Amino acid sequence: MLQIENLEFSYHKKKSLIFDGINLSIHPGAVYGLLGKNGIGKSTLLYMMSGLMFPHKGSIRLDGVEVRRRLPETLEKIFLVPEEFDLPSISVDAYVRRNSVFYPHFDRRQFDQYLTDFELEKTKNLAKTSMGQKKKYLVSFALATNTPLLLMDEPTNGMDIPSKSQFRKVIASGMNEQKSIIISTHQVRDLENMIDRIVILEGGRLLLDVDTDTVTSQLQFVKGATEADTAEALYKVSTIAGYSAILPNETGNESPLDIEMLFNYAIEKPEEILRTFANPVK
Amino acid sequence: MQFKENQTIYLQIAERISDEILLDHYAIGARIPSVREYAALVEVNANTVMRSYEFLQAQGIIFNKRGIGFFVSPDAKHKIKEYRRNEFLKNELPRFFMQLYTLRIPMEEIDSMYRKFIENLTSNLSKQQS
Repeated sequence: MLQIENLEFSYHKKKSLIFDGINLSIHPGAVYGLLGKNGIGKSTLLYMMSGLMFPHKGSIRLDGVEVRRRLPETLEKIFLVPEEFDLPSISVDAYVRRNSVFYPHFDRRQFDQYLTDFELEKTKNLAKTSMGQKKKYLVSFALATNTPLLLMDEPTNGMDIPSKSQFRKVIASGMNEQKSIIISTHQVRDLENMIDRIVILEGGRLLLDVDTDTVTSQLQFVKGATEADTAEALYKVSTIAGYSAILPNETGNESPLDIEMLFNYAIEKPEEILRTFANPVK
Repeated sequence: MQFKENQTIYLQIAERISDEILLDHYAIGARIPSVREYAALVEVNANTVMRSYEFLQAQGIIFNKRGIGFFVSPDAKHKIKEYRRNEFLKNELPRFFMQLYTLRIPMEEIDSMYRKFIENLTSNLSKQQS
């Protein structure tokens, strides 16, 4: 659906490239977790996918059409929920009237359902709501547009504890085979079980681009293990309740994925992770 | 849903649905929630729940009517118990045996304790009923 080829970009001509040859294919029917350290370019990548910024080299195509051309046929297939944004001082209904016309598959009934799920009222003035509330309004609207590509930059930031659970429910029920959702996040615990595919951005390249099923078939994640249990560990950290570790999966039994630990392992031992998941890009 | 630490999520969800069938939450022959409904319920992605459903289907616990959904098999309860029995004998019993062996606990001792346990259990149950 979305194809990124040999993407290069830098913010300053003389400084090092922020993207140095990125290749990524986004397929429908999956939730992608876009991970990376602060300032590594996660938001920049999302802006480029949505046509807000242009690559210096390489291409980003949605169904074969360059996103940077910003054709209506392209833009009606993409929705971006930025990390920080303002909403106009108009009512929910006015907002929907004004914006839904750009999205041919917008579904008002779905939108109302998401508002109910998030326990949101049909406020008279969106601008006067809190940041967390604004996020929930925009996420509801974004899902109801039913665009094939939905990009969300740190969506759970600013959400209170019950909202994060509601967010997972709304994503799970708003997801289908035709959609792909790309979520950049540091709050991996919020979304651990929502993610189908993990993409890690590091040093201008993709360090990892792999299905969570592939990860758990190759690696075993253990908690509360002893020193002896983790002698063969690829990565381990000491906790109050023993060691948390990543081991090679030799039994074929899958364990629950710990994305935080996988991320730390990937950043600490990039060569090893690249070897384990050779041919990460399909 | 609170997930356990050492079992993969799709199997935990399959266990949960099995419990719900044993507790008659879903009757024999009844339709269980769609993959998407169940995904929203337990807050995981639909692909994981799909794996749980495929697993339950492979065990003969649920079956798929194309275009309609998934239904509880006529002998679902029997199949669940059979699966759990096999899992227990295969995975948990060896661990238990290992403890007996390393702690030098004779089987006779376990046998008499087990008898006593059953006695207490049945007498408690009959007390509750009376």
